[in-house]
Amino acid sequence: MSLLSTRGLSKSFAGLQAVQGVDFDLPEGEVRALIGPNGAGKTTFVGLLCGRIAPTSGQVFFDVRDISHLPAHKRIGLGMAYTFQITSVFARLSLFENVALAARRRLHGTAEVEAAVMDALGKVGLTEDPERAAGDLSYGHQRLLEIAMGLVQAPRLLILDEPTQGLSDAEIAGFKGLIRELAASTTILLIEHNMSVVMEVADRVTVLNFGEVLAEGTPEEMHANADVQAAYLGTG
Amino acid sequence: MSDRSKTFALHGGVLALLFALQFVLPAYHHGNLARIMVLASFAVGYNVMFGYTGLLSLGHALFFAAGMYGMGLAVHYGGAGPVVALLAGLVAAIAVSLLVGLLALRTAGVGFMIVTLMFAQAGYLTVLYFTTYTRGDEGLVLQQAQRMLGSLDLSQPGPRYFAALGLFAVCMLAVLWMVRAPFGKVLIAIRENEERARMLGYDVFRYKLAAVVISGTICGLAGAAYGLLFGYVGATFASVQYSIFPLLWVLLGGAGTVLGPFIGALFMFYLIDLSSSVTSAYMLVAGVALVLLTLFAPQGLVGELRERVWRWLP
Amino acid sequence: MEFGPYLMLAMLEGAVTAAVLALTAVGLSLVFGVMRVVNVAHGEFFMLGAVLAWWVASHVGGPPALGFIAALAIAPLAVGGLAALADMTILKRVNYDPERTIVATIGILYILQQLTLMTYGPEARPVEPPFNTRLALPWFEWGEGGFQLYWPWGLGTTSYKLFVIGAAAAVLVGVWVLMARTRIGLLMRATQLDREMALAFGIPVERVYAMVFGIGGALAALGAVLIVPIQQAHYLMGGDPLLLSFIVVIIGGLGSLPGTVAAAVLIGLSDGIISVFFSPTLAKILATLLVALVLVFRPQGLFGTGSK
Repeated sequence: MSLLSTRGLSKSFAGLQAVQGVDFDLPEGEVRALIGPNGAGKTTFVGLLCGRIAPTSGQVFFDVRDISHLPAHKRIGLGMAYTFQITSVFARLSLFENVALAARRRLHGTAEVEAAVMDALGKVGLTEDPERAAGDLSYGHQRLLEIAMGLVQAPRLLILDEPTQGLSDAEIAGFKGLIRELAASTTILLIEHNMSVVMEVADRVTVLNFGEVLAEGTPEEMHANADVQAAYLGTG
Repeated sequence: MSDRSKTFALHGGVLALLFALQFVLPAYHHGNLARIMVLASFAVGYNVMFGYTGLLSLGHALFFAAGMYGMGLAVHYGGAGPVVALLAGLVAAIAVSLLVGLLALRTAGVGFMIVTLMFAQAGYLTVLYFTTYTRGDEGLVLQQAQRMLGSLDLSQPGPRYFAALGLFAVCMLAVLWMVRAPFGKVLIAIRENEERARMLGYDVFRYKLAAVVISGTICGLAGAAYGLLFGYVGATFASVQYSIFPLLWVLLGGAGTVLGPFIGALFMFYLIDLSSSVTSAYMLVAGVALVLLTLFAPQGLVGELRERVWRWLP
Repeated sequence: MEFGPYLMLAMLEGAVTAAVLALTAVGLSLVFGVMRVVNVAHGEFFMLGAVLAWWVASHVGGPPALGFIAALAIAPLAVGGLAALADMTILKRVNYDPERTIVATIGILYILQQLTLMTYGPEARPVEPPFNTRLALPWFEWGEGGFQLYWPWGLGTTSYKLFVIGAAAAVLVGVWVLMARTRIGLLMRATQLDREMALAFGIPVERVYAMVFGIGGALAALGAVLIVPIQQAHYLMGGDPLLLSFIVVIIGGLGSLPGTVAAAVLIGLSDGIISVFFSPTLAKILATLLVALVLVFRPQGLFGTGSK
């Protein structure tokens, strides 16, 4: 059963075709990795999914429902959570408040919110001194904070844009464990450049190149696919 | 002491102090403080939009004047009593802020500043244009008889101070409650990182519109009260000066703090009071203050206090 | 006077307004286009130009023309210098952040205005125009003998007013040449297009900014010097030019010079016409609402490209 799907989704920016006629299906409960060389249109595609960018043509469906014309905040309200490619937290607010803001849309009451926040922070390993300002965190930790903000929303679909970028090896290992744990309850779509993460956590992989779907399959199949290799390494 | 207790102690303490002062202040300062408290309410309203939501409006005189003229016209032509007149001013302010919000919020940043400035200018000019009703710059004087609340004469210093304090207390406590509640926290989130707030599922436009209407309503209430308590409704209050003042008060006192607007209004009032006894160019003080604040102390007095000493200040 | 000649008179007066407005608005537009900041004190640079013109003219003896020429040379330079100084001391320090710049320029507005009040005083003082011969203008009518010219009483202009129009046009051409054909203009346009790249190419962006801010102020002052023999110099005279310049720049499209000039002509002429036939207050109300609504619904103005 497809939780998220697109039909003929396209986006052009003043003549530049960033995304071209993409048909995409993401079944519920799957962990899907979206990969492709730089400029392939991955972030644009994901922006079209969560409503940050308006499509030039095509449709987006969430749980059978056509959400193509829904504004971003309403899509989030339907159960999508999104982390930014370039970390975007509330730098001057505390870690606690960052996650609490994400939680309060769903939960009410100070005690309930506090419990959910500390739980989410615990899952990403940021429980130490939650009153610190988020801007004081290292880049990697800010990314973990963003993931916590996504988690606390208990979304049906979690969209992560290059989540491991800037993380240390230990943090990446922790992240892999987190994803495996989450996969039981959440559908996950992640844009990734780190192939070891892709190989270890993804159920299936979609490869984008020049705004189009180049190939789709299991991580092993994509690893062996000659077209995918050519796209990354270039031809000749 | 928990942060919550500290907050209530401080803000309650300020109100108690203001209450006590009315019995010891000489007549001149007694009247000034009444005026300051009403103007501080205006500043508190402005702060909701500027300090907490991050929307810099250059047209708040429009809301102040809407409340003032709604009240004044109701009294002068409708023979309304103070309570009904205040309500009329309130309704006018709500209507105007809703309209302005719906239009101006389609712009952002510099565009928003200019649009609000333009709407306020249009409002000011409209007051002058309909001078047959509003008496333009000359204004309307409200008679003592029209300012009686039952047996309470609002034109007398005692009741007037009390009413001003009541207004300020209500506005300040309402804002204090709001910024500690989930609604207020979303406003702060919008100020800090609007896109992030949107992507957490918050309808940013609705929240901003609510901020505009709440702000406009508080400012309009302050305007209506000012006219009622000091017996005069005039076009000056719709002019650009009264859009600059709340910005100045909030910047000086501390944007995004609950007590900042009052401190700023207090300081600025006396600063201008002192300089206007020396020269007719007293707005020079305002100009210098704005430049210095923007350059060196954008946090304002209470803001710096919060940054360095009392981190729990709301 | 009948409608036709009356309209022509209104248009002639409007042309003078438009000429001065074009100069002032181009100053504001240049600053916004290159520096991306709104200068709320722009009207005060205008006012200073007029006040300085009076001061210079009153200290230079001899025929009025001498005083006027001296004013024409000195006032724009002085005001331009002051503007550049304000940029270097204040605007640079707030990093040209749009909101902080607006607040800072509001402060500068009050400082300039009030200092002028303290030194120059609240009176309005006239400046003698260098020359001022009346020129009667003809109108036509269909009479028995066919097409005939006649000179309606009251329809006329002065040689000085025509000079204002011509001078403004000449200066605008000069500004265009400066921007389009000189190296300095090239530096300004490069900085406008891409500040980061300009820095990378070694262009002294901060000096360019100071110069642009100075030129913007100088243009406003120049417009004021031209108009002061017709109006008088008064410490509050900056308000209207500021509002009108805003209207022109926003309608013409922020940062678009040809748009600014076109809008100035449009606004100047219509302001003249509306003020003659209707109430000036009503004209201003409509103008301010127009600016607001253009910004709300069509932020790129009528000629500009891209949003800001």
